[in-house]
Amino acid sequence: MSVQQDTLAAPKPHINMRRFMDDWVMLLAALGIFVFCAMFIDHFLSPMNMRGLGLAISTTGIAACTMLYCLASGHFDLSVGSVIACAGVVAAVVMRDTESVFLGVSAALAMGLTVGLVNGIVIAKLRINALITTLATMQIVRGLAYIFSDGKAVGVMDERFFVFGNGQLFGVPVPILITILCFMFFGWLLNYTTYGRNTMAIGGNREAALLAGVNVNRTQIIIFAVHGVVGALAGVILASRMTSGQPMIGQGFELTVISACVLGGVSLSGGIGMIRHVIAGVLILAIIENAMNLKNIDTFYQYVIRGTILLLAVIIDRMKRR
Amino acid sequence: MDAHVNDGASLRFVAIGKVFPGVKALSDISFVAHPGTVHALMGENGAGKSTLLKILGGSYSPDSGYIQIGERPTAFRSAADSINAGVAVIHQELHLVPEMTVAENLLLGHMPARFGVIDRQAMGRRAIELLKELAAEIDPHTRLGSLSLGQRQLVEIAKAMSRNAHIIAFDEPTSSLSAREIDRLMLIIGKLRDSGKVVLYVSHRMEEIFRICDAVTVFKDGCLVRTFEQIDQLNQDQLITCMVGRDIQDIYNYRPRKRGGEALRVEGLLGPGLNEAVSFTVYKGEVLGFFGLVGAGRTELLRLLSGLVRLKAGQLFLQGQALNLKSPRDAIAAGVLLCPEDRKKEGIVPLASVAENINISARSRHAKLGWLISAQWERENANRQIRALNVKTPSPDQPIMFLSGGNQQKVILGRWLSLPMKVLLLDEPTRGIDIGAKSEIYQIIHNLAAEGIAVIVVSSDLMEVIGISDRILVMSEGALTGELTRERADEARLLQLALPRTRG
Repeated sequence: MSVQQDTLAAPKPHINMRRFMDDWVMLLAALGIFVFCAMFIDHFLSPMNMRGLGLAISTTGIAACTMLYCLASGHFDLSVGSVIACAGVVAAVVMRDTESVFLGVSAALAMGLTVGLVNGIVIAKLRINALITTLATMQIVRGLAYIFSDGKAVGVMDERFFVFGNGQLFGVPVPILITILCFMFFGWLLNYTTYGRNTMAIGGNREAALLAGVNVNRTQIIIFAVHGVVGALAGVILASRMTSGQPMIGQGFELTVISACVLGGVSLSGGIGMIRHVIAGVLILAIIENAMNLKNIDTFYQYVIRGTILLLAVIIDRMKRR
Repeated sequence: MDAHVNDGASLRFVAIGKVFPGVKALSDISFVAHPGTVHALMGENGAGKSTLLKILGGSYSPDSGYIQIGERPTAFRSAADSINAGVAVIHQELHLVPEMTVAENLLLGHMPARFGVIDRQAMGRRAIELLKELAAEIDPHTRLGSLSLGQRQLVEIAKAMSRNAHIIAFDEPTSSLSAREIDRLMLIIGKLRDSGKVVLYVSHRMEEIFRICDAVTVFKDGCLVRTFEQIDQLNQDQLITCMVGRDIQDIYNYRPRKRGGEALRVEGLLGPGLNEAVSFTVYKGEVLGFFGLVGAGRTELLRLLSGLVRLKAGQLFLQGQALNLKSPRDAIAAGVLLCPEDRKKEGIVPLASVAENINISARSRHAKLGWLISAQWERENANRQIRALNVKTPSPDQPIMFLSGGNQQKVILGRWLSLPMKVLLLDEPTRGIDIGAKSEIYQIIHNLAAEGIAVIVVSSDLMEVIGISDRILVMSEGALTGELTRERADEARLLQLALPRTRG
């Protein structure tokens, strides 16, 4: 703060209000929507529904944390939906064959890491477009999920595994706790580590970051590798909740995650993104979906409404940046 | 298509002025180019020729003045307006689509079609006619991308003819052509002149100007110096004097310094953009200027020295030790630091704050365990650099995109001042910067050199190179063409060395 006296001659910080809006407006909107639903929709605040809402947020929320890094660095990842399915399947299959929860979960996370590394190396080193790369791995990994599971849901018997999805701590379901931890950890990582700041710099201007000495390739690979592991973690939690690994689950999930990020204010072209954007986007999408379910709105209409909201959000975002 | 209404009309620029933020690009430009003549525009880089052509082409609109074609004053609001008025500007970077065929490119925008379905035969016939006029042996059905640069240029000219352009402007058309292609281009330009067109011709090559042009207008710093209606009454030296003529203002703060030992030695360097092996040495405490015209290979040289591009041959030595660079990271670790030419594209992260942009390179050295950011160091360092370099910003948290060019440049200097520095590479450090900030940057350069840092400054600004350098190397067409000490350097000598020589 002390410099502000030193540079009195400089122009006024006229954009502070605008920056405040950019940073917080979507979180306030999420809060507004929450309050609105609480007031006007019956049973919205019931413990049962709050729990459901929290669980609905958890899978998207966890994956969105690391999708934020992909987007902020100027890329994105379409393979996360397949990774979620494959992770559940791998965990279930390994547990069935080894009867070890530890090995099952480790195998699932290792699978996620591998997919992430492949994505990252192809995109960073070979300079192949992220859309094409992850479109390919999305199909490969989905195929592997079907192959590993023989195309059927693989049930899990071991009750220790259910801790991830159905356990509780102080009355809060474990998936929600993990989601909150992810929000905190990845929010901190983005602001307080060289890795996080380099991610933003690469998305903001790749050439400049390279010339400034940022290890662009390595950072990019780590981003995708971490995203793969975290996607697999979300898949493990989901499998635990469903007590089985299901190869067909999570189709289109990648688009929900990207929608949530963009809705919250993360830029698709990179360089702009904060964890509060992600939280806001995830909350808004989940609350609206929950409200529509409570109001018994037909699924077909839900698609139309969700799409419209996303379109409006990006149009407003574009107008803000003019 | 009908013959154009503007046939036989002269082109008159009337008191044209154009201001970019902080820079006066053109002021009060008035001259006439007559039909049936080739009119040359000459001047150093940044003298305003390209800006004038962009106004003629409708890409920019002038802040004052207007263009008059024949008796009619015109105001081009867009490139389409300009084309409709019979103007064709043939730019250095050609505006063609490499993936489409020659014929498609020629008739892009008005392909012969029936109900929206393209009449391929008619298109082919029309393309052949157009190419025949230029005596160009190009199959209209080949993909444009497979043509040589010279052939592509012919396509661009044919495109201008297809629109019945009456005014044709060439912006450095020969910069990437072979000697044979240049000959053919000269022939075509001669034909255009003889058919009564107005031809504007921008080039740095003296011998082309004297070979093809009838009249010449000289620009300097956005002003028109003089128009010579009869080029044959003038020789090369007179033209150069006219391009140069101005006193050096003392904004450079030059004071003699002690020269130290060897800092960076370059031996037999070859790489993209360099046509001959480059060798030179820069010493501690020395400011070494690199002068040349755009495309002389100076930026490419700095990209090699900063590790951005791999060497094809040669060796670098830093204070006598062999220096091998695989990436900019290696150069930065060694203390060889580059402020790039294109600040927006390669220098700043526009959305990030001033503090971020300062700390981006040095932060990992001060981070705990190599990656936990030290908030205290970052804050202190940002404030220190902002104060030391007098960066005008309301706060370290201001996004850098809201700062002026001069202040952005200072931030990039601050980024490097946060690190141990041995050699500082500056590529056009004051381009687009107002005079006050320029002077401050010269002072910073001087102070760094006085501390024993070797500074290499690439600049197309003659005054600047002469004003701040202890020694000047001149490049032309990818090779070193001369070396001048501060005492011996004057503008005419530098320009003579920098101008491309006749190709055999």
